Amino acid sequence: MGDLTRLTAADLGALIASGEASAVEVTQAHLDRIGKVDESIHAYLHVDTEGALTAAAAVDSARKIGSPLGPLAGVPLALKDVLTQEGIPTTCGSKILEGWRPPYDSTVVRKLRAAGVVILGKANMDEFAMGSSTENSAYGPTRNPWDLDRIPGGSSGGSSAAVAAFTAPLAIGTDTGGSIRQPAAVCGIVGAKPTYGGVSRYGLVAFSSSLDQAGPFARTVLDAALLHEAIAGHDPLDSTSIDAAVPPVVAAARQADVRGMRIGVVRELSGEGYQSGVETRFAEAVELLNSLGAEVVEVSCPNFDYAMAAYYLIAPSEASSNLARFDAMRYGLRVGDDGTAGVEEVMSRTRAAGFGPEVKRRIILGTYALSAGYYDAYYGSAQKVRTLISRDFDAAFAQVDVLVSPTAPTTAFPIGDKVDDPLAMYLQDLCTIPSNLAGNCAMSVPVGLAPEDGLPVGLQIMAPAMADDRLYRVGAALETALRERTGQLLIEGAPPL
Amino acid sequence: MTALVPYEQALEAYEPVIGLEVHVELGTNSKMFCGCPTEFGAEPNTQVCPTCLGLPGSLPVANKKAIESIIRLGLALNCSIAPWCRFARKNYFYPDMPKDFQISQYDEPICVEGYLDVEVEGKTYRIGIERVHLEEDTGKSLHVGGATGRIHGASHSLVDYNRAGIPLVEVVTKPVPGTGALAPEVAKAYVTELRDICKTLGISDVKMEQGSLRCDANVSIAPRGATEWGTRSETKNVNSLRSVERAVRHEISRQAGVLDAGGRVVQETRHFQEDSGTTVSGRSKETAEDYRYFPEPDLVPLAPSADWIEELRAALPELPTARRRRLQGDWDLTDLDMEALINAGALDSVEETVAAGASAEAARKWWLGEIARRANEDGVEVSALPITPADVAAVVALVDAGSLNDKLARQVIEGVLAGEGTPEQVVASRGLAVVSDTGALGTAVDAAIAANEGIAEKIRGGKVQAVGALVGAVMKETRGQADAATVKALILEKLGVSE
Repeated sequence: MGDLTRLTAADLGALIASGEASAVEVTQAHLDRIGKVDESIHAYLHVDTEGALTAAAAVDSARKIGSPLGPLAGVPLALKDVLTQEGIPTTCGSKILEGWRPPYDSTVVRKLRAAGVVILGKANMDEFAMGSSTENSAYGPTRNPWDLDRIPGGSSGGSSAAVAAFTAPLAIGTDTGGSIRQPAAVCGIVGAKPTYGGVSRYGLVAFSSSLDQAGPFARTVLDAALLHEAIAGHDPLDSTSIDAAVPPVVAAARQADVRGMRIGVVRELSGEGYQSGVETRFAEAVELLNSLGAEVVEVSCPNFDYAMAAYYLIAPSEASSNLARFDAMRYGLRVGDDGTAGVEEVMSRTRAAGFGPEVKRRIILGTYALSAGYYDAYYGSAQKVRTLISRDFDAAFAQVDVLVSPTAPTTAFPIGDKVDDPLAMYLQDLCTIPSNLAGNCAMSVPVGLAPEDGLPVGLQIMAPAMADDRLYRVGAALETALRERTGQLLIEGAPPL
Repeated sequence: MTALVPYEQALEAYEPVIGLEVHVELGTNSKMFCGCPTEFGAEPNTQVCPTCLGLPGSLPVANKKAIESIIRLGLALNCSIAPWCRFARKNYFYPDMPKDFQISQYDEPICVEGYLDVEVEGKTYRIGIERVHLEEDTGKSLHVGGATGRIHGASHSLVDYNRAGIPLVEVVTKPVPGTGALAPEVAKAYVTELRDICKTLGISDVKMEQGSLRCDANVSIAPRGATEWGTRSETKNVNSLRSVERAVRHEISRQAGVLDAGGRVVQETRHFQEDSGTTVSGRSKETAEDYRYFPEPDLVPLAPSADWIEELRAALPELPTARRRRLQGDWDLTDLDMEALINAGALDSVEETVAAGASAEAARKWWLGEIARRANEDGVEVSALPITPADVAAVVALVDAGSLNDKLARQVIEGVLAGEGTPEQVVASRGLAVVSDTGALGTAVDAAIAANEGIAEKIRGGKVQAVGALVGAVMKETRGQADAATVKALILEKLGVSE
């Protein structure tokens, strides 16, 4: 049957449903590949061999007794280590949660199980999803399968690298400021941030509650749509979850047609700071969309210039509160409990030892921004900017169906390049942050390699809230046209590991 | 420590201002933000889930019943109900707070600007309600190994999270000036009234001893005639209605002592000591803690529709004030009688006794007399005594039927209180029926006349008022079981004298 790990999720699902391949076979093939290549990639923090094979065997048994199988039944997946899975270590890439095994499943995991998806293990990430390179993981960095000396993006770098290294056809990431889209872009795969409230956050360890959103990684737009559909939908356990039908993302991915659509290029997301090869490939892709029958116009979103500043007040503020619970009292790391230290000292010592520098930086920033006397100037102003950015989107979407921009200003940079320069690191999220602030949806699709470094470039598509299907329509059209040109997906041309 | 100034003396020099913050645990079946049960007294940490334990990844979902309850309370307290408001996070580190923040409300409470009228000594005081908001309760810490049960000196602490996440309503008054010497009574009357409203609405069991109603009393005093109010203290741990009154009274005396000695009152939290009736300093609030409040991003804003609010308003039950007015009219009581009944906490009992068939007059007499005396001796509410309105109604019926006289009825009530059974059982076991058999009485009367011939002679001679002595002798002989009027008539008849 050839190498099962090279197949798309849709194809694997079809083979398993028809009995041409067993879920156990498919799972074993991926476990074998993890064993072979993950030492050099380090996409996984924990591989649940036994659990994965058990889940796969259950899918095979269900098929044998004639139970109907969903399109992803038996398809393996890497789960970002920020989502709880009962009994499986969940670290969020942090020492402070080392050894913690959650007693409950996140809603995403519950839905994956219901769809018969096989969870291979937990994917590496920047500590508490704070970062753009996965270098902030307390368990060591993940490497980009295109170039092992480069970053796979972040914070969901383990997820993107697993999919790009063919150790999983699918992965779940989370996106607070671009943490699905930027890793997808720099790894040459597809990643989508659903509309805020489209996928339940129950069991997603919060970084910034009003921005966090889980979403799919895949090597094709259709695979991403299948995964999106499997995890989306209203959840009574998350009061910010939207009580409405899931947008028809799979149908849109199959439609793959942009004729008659109006596409807006965001003027503010280009120019200084953007790598030339990124701009070249982006411009070509926009040309391509135009040639496929979309009308392309330039759109201005003037307040996007303030998005970064607003984000770095809102996200750390919420994080400073969300991360307070890691206090050594109930679970996770406990340092300094030597019988003489008081409770505050144990809390303090544990947090000093358990959090990495970027997490501490943001906790301090957020604590400051929420302090009495500063609240209005910082958190309050940031919320106003947030409103203005939403209005920019509203005005833009009154003219166009979707907006496009480069996903990230640069291709994957070398590991270690920006670790001492947090501001340079933060710029990676320049294009992706506005959609988190507005709560709408966005996707990154690969559009080629930058001529100067031969590394993948991503194009970002942004659509209004609950119009996630438009992302898939545009993304699939672009993917199809590009594949017709080169004869393969971009990721299929990645150097062998 | 500065000496206390006697209360009356303190009031001559100073004018108090009081303020009350009352926490009421709602009696919802499930917690505020998760589905865990709320029963009191369960094994520690058995009524918990990822959400109320604040486990990573868990999320809160607001309890609609709790929101309904607080809106009903707000309406009963004449508040405006916010058409849109949010929960907020109050951030501080403490082991009994699973998330190290409490979900509460900050600058957008759901109920604002209300009032509650209370009556004290015939005068009505309008207590302004600043806000009524909803929050989650914390867990309960047990500090082990220290002498005081406080964290200081303890070797370790245990935390029970069963209470964490129980819906808590906080009712905050505006500062209440102008109560003068009656400040303690007004404070007590307010908490009582608030408790009764919660009970009437059925939103809480409001048991102060179990902590389902907790009160913080804020007190400040300023020299009479001063234009500014003094610095306030906030007394916590006020666990009974009586303690509310005592705590306010003590704080007035204490603060007067501080000011008289030339000191200044410190803005601080104090703890009420039940045994001594005094307050002791807790943590100082001079450097206000910064709770870094911000809107809770995990919850959507509360936006109760106007229709829903009106529906709830229309369905409110008769509130205590209206009920008292109705009962006072029905029972034809003076204001003072009514106040005595309320102060004795006997309103419900009397109403139920009347409902069980007794006259209002008789019901009031027993509850305010024998039973209230006993409650007072035991330091409990009349309703806590082991006698029911049905028991009292049964006693009244026996008196009305002539089977018991007052003296015997008192003995019956004593028997019921002593756990000897129902009134009927006590009558039977103690043999307390009135002796109305004139044959048996005749023998006793004859004996009394024979033993007191001198007195009998006086009566025959026209000194009818001397008959009391003979009646007494007969009553003694019959151990009080005779009907005094019958005895008197029988004696006069035997002596051939008419009244």
